[in-house]
Amino acid sequence: MNDLNVGGDRPRPYRGAVDCDVQITVPHRDALLPYLDEYWRDVSLQRGLQTLDTAAFPRQAPINARPDWRLPEPASVRDQLRSLQVNLLDRYGFSAAICNCLYGVQLLHSEDMGQSIARALNDWIAREWLDNEPRLRASIVVPMQNPTMAAEEIRRVATDRRFVQVLMLVMGEMPLGKRYYWPIYEAAEECGLPVGIHAGSMYRHPVTGTGWPSYYAQDYFSQASAFQTQLTSLILEGVFGAFPTLRVVLSETGVSWLPPYLWRLDKYWHGLRSETPWVKVPPSEIVRSRVRLTTQPFDTPADPAVVERLLDHIGSDEMLLFASDFPHWRFDGDDLLPAGVSPDQIAHISRANPLATYPRLAEGVVP
Amino acid sequence: MEKDIFSRLAPRWRTHIATVGMLARQGFTQEMQYPKGQPMAVRRDAFPPGGGMPGSDLDFMRAQHLDPNNVQFGVLIPLGAAQSLQNIDLSVALCTAINDWQVEEWTSREPRLRGSIVAAYQDPQAAVAEIHRLAGKRDFVQVSLLSRLPNPIGHRSFWPIYAAAAEVGLPIGVHAFGNGGWAITGGGWPSYYGEDMMSHAQTSQSALASLVLEGVFERFPTLRVALIEGGLGWLPSLRWRLDRIWERSRDELAHLPRPPSEYIRESVWLTSQPIEEPANRQHIAEVIDWIGWDRVLFASDYPHWDFDDPQRAMPLPLSRERRDRFFLKNALDLYGIPHG
Amino acid sequence: MARYVVCKIEDFPASGRMLVEVNRRPVVIFRLGEEWFGLLNTCPHQGGSLFNGYQAGLAESDRPADYRYSRQGEIIRCPWHGWEFDIRTGRSRCRPDAVKVAQFALAVAGGKEIESLDDVKGVETFDVKPEGEYLLLSL
Ligand code: FES
Repeated sequence: MNDLNVGGDRPRPYRGAVDCDVQITVPHRDALLPYLDEYWRDVSLQRGLQTLDTAAFPRQAPINARPDWRLPEPASVRDQLRSLQVNLLDRYGFSAAICNCLYGVQLLHSEDMGQSIARALNDWIAREWLDNEPRLRASIVVPMQNPTMAAEEIRRVATDRRFVQVLMLVMGEMPLGKRYYWPIYEAAEECGLPVGIHAGSMYRHPVTGTGWPSYYAQDYFSQASAFQTQLTSLILEGVFGAFPTLRVVLSETGVSWLPPYLWRLDKYWHGLRSETPWVKVPPSEIVRSRVRLTTQPFDTPADPAVVERLLDHIGSDEMLLFASDFPHWRFDGDDLLPAGVSPDQIAHISRANPLATYPRLAEGVVP
Repeated sequence: MEKDIFSRLAPRWRTHIATVGMLARQGFTQEMQYPKGQPMAVRRDAFPPGGGMPGSDLDFMRAQHLDPNNVQFGVLIPLGAAQSLQNIDLSVALCTAINDWQVEEWTSREPRLRGSIVAAYQDPQAAVAEIHRLAGKRDFVQVSLLSRLPNPIGHRSFWPIYAAAAEVGLPIGVHAFGNGGWAITGGGWPSYYGEDMMSHAQTSQSALASLVLEGVFERFPTLRVALIEGGLGWLPSLRWRLDRIWERSRDELAHLPRPPSEYIRESVWLTSQPIEEPANRQHIAEVIDWIGWDRVLFASDYPHWDFDDPQRAMPLPLSRERRDRFFLKNALDLYGIPHG
Repeated sequence: MARYVVCKIEDFPASGRMLVEVNRRPVVIFRLGEEWFGLLNTCPHQGGSLFNGYQAGLAESDRPADYRYSRQGEIIRCPWHGWEFDIRTGRSRCRPDAVKVAQFALAVAGGKEIESLDDVKGVETFDVKPEGEYLLLSL
């Protein structure tokens, strides 16, 4: 990779790139108070609500902030934005970055509380982030506790065209392909928004499917297995057939699990097709045309030869979307993509694929 | 088969089964909540002509599988719910009955076959006693556990079992399936049998991550584990991911002085079935290159429907050495069977 | 090409399927009403014996929750991994162009007609009577 990064302190291959997954953090509970309506604002105070940081991403865990990107907590929006600009947007010359806010709105058991805080959060994102940095785009946070409310929120926020996708957590109440969630996909499709499924959990079930692990490391590890099970659900439940223009982006999933997973799924589909007869083509074809994965973490070794083989196993230059996963600690230095990705692939991954995936990016914003 | 086993139980347990049944952390008394894709998930041609369940008739197994496929060494894995029952004492009793049945009906009559010690993991002390009762016999070559348990398999409550297995020098075979009681995905219960089947690869991944991260291999360095029936293609990705997480989590994982991939490379074997089938078959060879050809074991899963035929499961030109390793030698080495 | 007498029509099993070996090839013959179809008895996937499979109908759907079921008995599901093959065409349901089972043409012929043909084999094994009806397989 480094031989591509000629040109001194500003590595060039990523100029104009779209960063499809950067994290922004609600500094503390009070940040959202001005955006809540009166009742919920007072509830927050009366009941002494705390910051809804999710156990999926404890902010002090080393893996969740690259050491040179770590800010003193709680980091204000200003400081976070400054760091994003200096370390990524300006440094590499990105044309846009899509922010995902993983504030734990979806974890609350109360649907109404989830809805009110999701609303406040989206308004906060628009006002405090998008208004202050023209290169930023965002995902709509939805109360997954209630898909009807989630669909409402999508339609409400989608009128702001700086919101370019719908954000869901990979582990919900039930598998994401279930018809229960379809109002969300209907609204997303109607608004022309991809659904971005991000690592994270509503914690309705233990993350492993075999009980609660002792270490956060396994919680984080389990996200990748969760993406596999949820992708199976989306495919076998027929979401892609029912919503023929819907696209799904898997964010912060790791990439290298995909080929063997698809080999297995195609194999089982051959034998169990008649159980879900609406799935008419091999699952791998559905995934190639409709599903995209962000590139950090990539979960590959340092050896570029292995990475080349893996990309061959994936078999398509169109499936990957460039992402830094800022400020999470996924890579060091300028290794935004693993060695072994060719310049031609970088061009696809960093620009062409994001533009094709997020129609709203092309609306005059990205030069 | 069931009769063969139940007849070995004390009257108390025969009555219990006849009246209450065998409840196993799932909703039905007989059917599974994901009805299988084929009756009892078996090959339709595996019912013995003389009656009984597939896999219950040694002569038929010889004629249908062992002889035509030239099986020189086969490991039996008795599944069934015995290990997952809610009634712990019944579990213990059934496991003992199944183990004795393996010897009397199978391993003592067919030298090519060896058994697996099934042990009631809910009662580690009883499991340990069962391991010690049978360890030493030539009939048994591994201790069998399931991937889906009420706690992740690396959990400390199971460590006495690992200590005993390491002490007697038997590998642990972790077979996919089981009823841990939790939804098979971290995001709840899926709708279809196809999803349930697919998810076994993911629960095998969870099981392996758990064994490594909870420190089982660090604590029991001589313990060997075979992961069974979860496929194998996912292992390289898992190893890369775990190593990266470990590098970033040295404080939390201070009990692991070495990167996860090293424990896995040393202590873990994988069986092939159900083998992934990429369109370009060379890809599976590349994946096994990354795993290590000395760590993969052929498994047929006979008589189940997702059986892999030894003649066809690896449709690749392999060097003689790789072929021998994959189909036989790795297994003989792991299970301690002398060979030339 | 040669034609083989494989059985007397009245002897064809009531189960609607029969396994024969023709010129050392295992062939499974299905009877669908008055039509006859011959398929190589070796599944193109891993070689399961289709003769032991389940004869299902064709499940089709245009969207989840919609199940259309037709052609009862015309789809053979391999007893091993459950791949589906169309008995009429030998084509796999999942990938009809890429995965097929070899087919053999079958015809019903009267004994008289058979006596007049000179490429028919296997006549010795059957007592071909002029008034009888027989199943002929082309190879
Ligand atoms: S052998 Fe027929 S489906 Fe696999």
